[in-house]
Amino acid sequence: MSLLQDHFALLGLPRRYRLDGTDLERRYRDVQSRVHPDKHAHLGDADRRQAMQWATQVNAAYQTLKNPLARGRYLLELAGHDPQVEHNTAMPTEFLVEQMELREAVAEARSSGASEVLEALSDQIKREINNQFRTLQPLLDESHDYEAAAGLVRRLMFQEKLLQEIHDALEAIEA
Amino acid sequence: MALLQIAEPGGSSAPHEHRLAVGIDLGTTNSLVATVRSGMSVVLNDDHGHGLLPSVVRYRPDGAISVGYDAQAGQGDDPKNTIVSVKRFMGRSRKDITHVESMPYDFVDAEGMVKLRTVQGIKSPVEISADILRKLRAQAERSLGGPLAGAVITVPAYFDDAQRQATKDAARLAGLNVLRLLNEPTAAAVAYGLDNGIEGIYAVFDLGGGTFDISILKLTKGVFEVLATGGDSALGGDDFDQRVFCWIIEEAKLAPLSHKDARVLLTRAREAKEHLTAHGEAPITVKLGSGEYVDLRLTTELFADITRTLVQKTLGPTKKALRDAGLSVDDIKGVVMVGGATRMPQIQHAVGQLFKQEPLNNLDPDKVVALGAATQANLLAGNRAADDDWLLLDVIPLSLGIETMGGLVEKVIPRNSTLPIARAQEFTTYKDGQTAMAIQVVQGERELVSDCRSLARFELRGIPPMVAGAARIRVSFQVDADGLLSVTAQEQTTGREARIEVKPSYGLTDDEIAAMLKDSIDYASDDVQRRALRELQVDGERLIQATQSALDQDARLLSAQERADIEICIEKLKSVVTGEDRRAIDVAMDELSRGTAEFAARRMNDSVKQALSGRNIEEFDA
Repeated sequence: MSLLQDHFALLGLPRRYRLDGTDLERRYRDVQSRVHPDKHAHLGDADRRQAMQWATQVNAAYQTLKNPLARGRYLLELAGHDPQVEHNTAMPTEFLVEQMELREAVAEARSSGASEVLEALSDQIKREINNQFRTLQPLLDESHDYEAAAGLVRRLMFQEKLLQEIHDALEAIEA
Repeated sequence: MALLQIAEPGGSSAPHEHRLAVGIDLGTTNSLVATVRSGMSVVLNDDHGHGLLPSVVRYRPDGAISVGYDAQAGQGDDPKNTIVSVKRFMGRSRKDITHVESMPYDFVDAEGMVKLRTVQGIKSPVEISADILRKLRAQAERSLGGPLAGAVITVPAYFDDAQRQATKDAARLAGLNVLRLLNEPTAAAVAYGLDNGIEGIYAVFDLGGGTFDISILKLTKGVFEVLATGGDSALGGDDFDQRVFCWIIEEAKLAPLSHKDARVLLTRAREAKEHLTAHGEAPITVKLGSGEYVDLRLTTELFADITRTLVQKTLGPTKKALRDAGLSVDDIKGVVMVGGATRMPQIQHAVGQLFKQEPLNNLDPDKVVALGAATQANLLAGNRAADDDWLLLDVIPLSLGIETMGGLVEKVIPRNSTLPIARAQEFTTYKDGQTAMAIQVVQGERELVSDCRSLARFELRGIPPMVAGAARIRVSFQVDADGLLSVTAQEQTTGREARIEVKPSYGLTDDEIAAMLKDSIDYASDDVQRRALRELQVDGERLIQATQSALDQDARLLSAQERADIEICIEKLKSVVTGEDRRAIDVAMDELSRGTAEFAARRMNDSVKQALSGRNIEEFDA
C-alpha cells in the first residue's frame, strides 16, 4: 500500500473495466473510514497531513473508477493510450454532423424553454451512452483493442459534454 | 462497523479524560451551543434558561457590548449600533448584499468584505460574529465548568470559500479551537440519522433566517455521504419578513420611514409571519414614531401570494441538486425539514408537492443543527466509544476555476466533488523570457470570470527565462474537509521550485488574528495566558501519549534506530511539556511531529491493508 499506487491497486482491485459497483463502494467506504481526516483530528500534525493526502487520493480513485467513462479513460491512460492526446484520429463525419444537429436542438429547446424536449433528449443520450459502455468492456478487458477503445471513448466524451449542455439548459430554464 | 483501529492510539491512551467539545450553530437569526453529556446531545442554556441566543450585537458608547436578548431589546432605540443578521455580511462586499437601502447601518466599503461603522469604531462582520461566539463560549464554559478543547462550527452548505474562511476567522478570534466547519444540513442529517437509525437516500431541506440549503445524502452503516448540495446563501426567513414589510408600507400608504420606525415595522412583519404558522390570519397594528397608524390584517392566502416567488426560489436549487446527484424525487426516502422558516405552511406544502410525500418534521428545526454539530465535535475531540463511530463525507458546493485568456473560466474542481479533493493544472508562458505570471482563482458556476467570485489573485515570480511555452508551472489546488481552499505552485522544468502558499485575499493572516486578539481585553488578562499554556500542555501530553501508544502497537514497522530517534523526540517534549515556556513546547511538538511523519505514513499503509484484507486477496496483485 502506498500513495503512489494506481487507483485500482489503491482499493485492492484488479486493473480491468468490468467492476462490481457495490463492491467498489464498500471498499471505498472501508478505506475512507480509516484514512479520513476526521478519524485523525485528535492526533498530531504528521498523522493529520497523512490523513489528508490519503483521503484525497482515495476520493480521486473512487470518483475515477465509479464513473464508467472516467474508468475507461483511466485504463487507456495506464495502457499508454490517452484518448485526449490522440487528436490525429478524426471522428467519423456522420457522427460529427449528428452531434451538431443535436446541439442545435438543445440550443433551440433552451431558448424556447421546452424542458420536456430537453428531458427526452437527455434520456435518449443516456441510453446511447450506456449501450456504448457495454461495447467498451470487451475492447478493454478481452481483445485489448486500445485503438478502438480510444475511438469509442472519444465519442463518449462528446456525448457526455452534450449531456452536460442539456443539464445546463434545464438549469437555465428553471432559474 | 468496527473500523477503529487507526484512531485507537489517541483514544485508548487516556480513557478517563473527557475533552470538552461543543457544536455551535452560528445562525442568521439565532445562535446556539450544544454538547454531548453522558452520551446525549443537549443544548446548553444561558443563566435565564434560554437555549437560543438572538444573533444580535449592540455596541454601546461606553464600550460595553451586549449580545443576545439585551441587544435585541435595544434594536428599536439604537438601530445603527445594533447589528442583526450579521451572517448575511460574512465574506460579502457591499454590492453582494440585498436590501442595503433599507438597512440602518453605516456601511464602509472595505476591500473584500464590507464593514460597519459603529459607536465603537469600524467593525468587520468577522469581529461582530466573534462577539456572538465569545458569548456562546463563555456560556458553554460556565455550564461545563472548564475550558473548551474544541468546537465544531456549522455553516450553510452553500457558503463559498470567502464565507467559510470568514466564519473560521471569527471562531479563532473568539478563542475557539475549530475542530471542523460542518455544513448545516449535514449536521442535521447526523442528528436525525443517529436518532432514528435510518438508511437510504434522504434530502435535507434547510431554510434558515438568511440562507437556504438543500442536501441529498446517502446513509449507509455509519457513513453519511453527501451526494449533492445546492442552495442560495442569500435567501431565508428574513426575506419573507421583508415582503410583509413592503406589503405593509404599500397597504398603509406610509411615508418614507425613519430607521427606528423601519425597525419596529420589520419586527411586526416578522411577528405576523410567525403568527400565520398556527393561525389563518394575523393582525398588524402599530403606532409609528411619525404619528402614523397601521391597522391591517394579513391572511395566510395573501401571505402565500406575496411570497410565491421566494418559495419558487427554493425549488430550482432543489431540482438541480437532485439532477447533480443523478436522482429523481422517487429515489428520496424522506425529506428532513430544518430551520425555523420551514415552519411556514406554504413551504411545507411546496416541499410536499415536489417530493410527493409529507416532509419529516419530528425534530426541533431550531436545534437540530447544533445537536448534530455537538455529536460530531465529541467524535473529533476523541471522546468516542468503541461502537459509536461514523464518517461524514461532504462535498464542495460551488465549482472552483481559474481565469484563462479572455476572462473565461476553466473549471478545475467541479461542484459536488467529495472532499477532501486536490487537482493540479499545468500552465506555461506565452512570451519569450517571461518570468512572472498572474493567476486568478474563482468560485462559481458561470463561464465568465466577472460572474464568479474571485477567491485569490496571485503572481508567480522567478520563473526562469525560457522561450514561450517551455516553462511548466504546476498549480495545485487542495480543498480540505472544511471546504477551504489552499493553492501551491511550482516551476517544474528547471527543478527549481518557485513554491508559494496562497491565502485567499479576504481571509485574515495569522498575524492579523494575533493582533486582533491582543487588542481584545480578553486576551490581556493573565487568566487567558494561563489557559493558552494549559491548552498547549494538554495537547503536548496527548501527542506524547498518542505517539507512545502508536509505538506500542506498531513498533514492528520501525527499525531499532528509527524507534530510538522517535523516543529521543518524545523525551525532549516530555522535558518541556510541564514547563511554562510555550515556545519550547511548540518547538518540541513540531520536532516530534516531523520525526514521526514516516511512521505515520507506514501505519496508514498498514491500516489500509487491513481494511482491504479478507476480501478477494487472490485478486490483490492481479
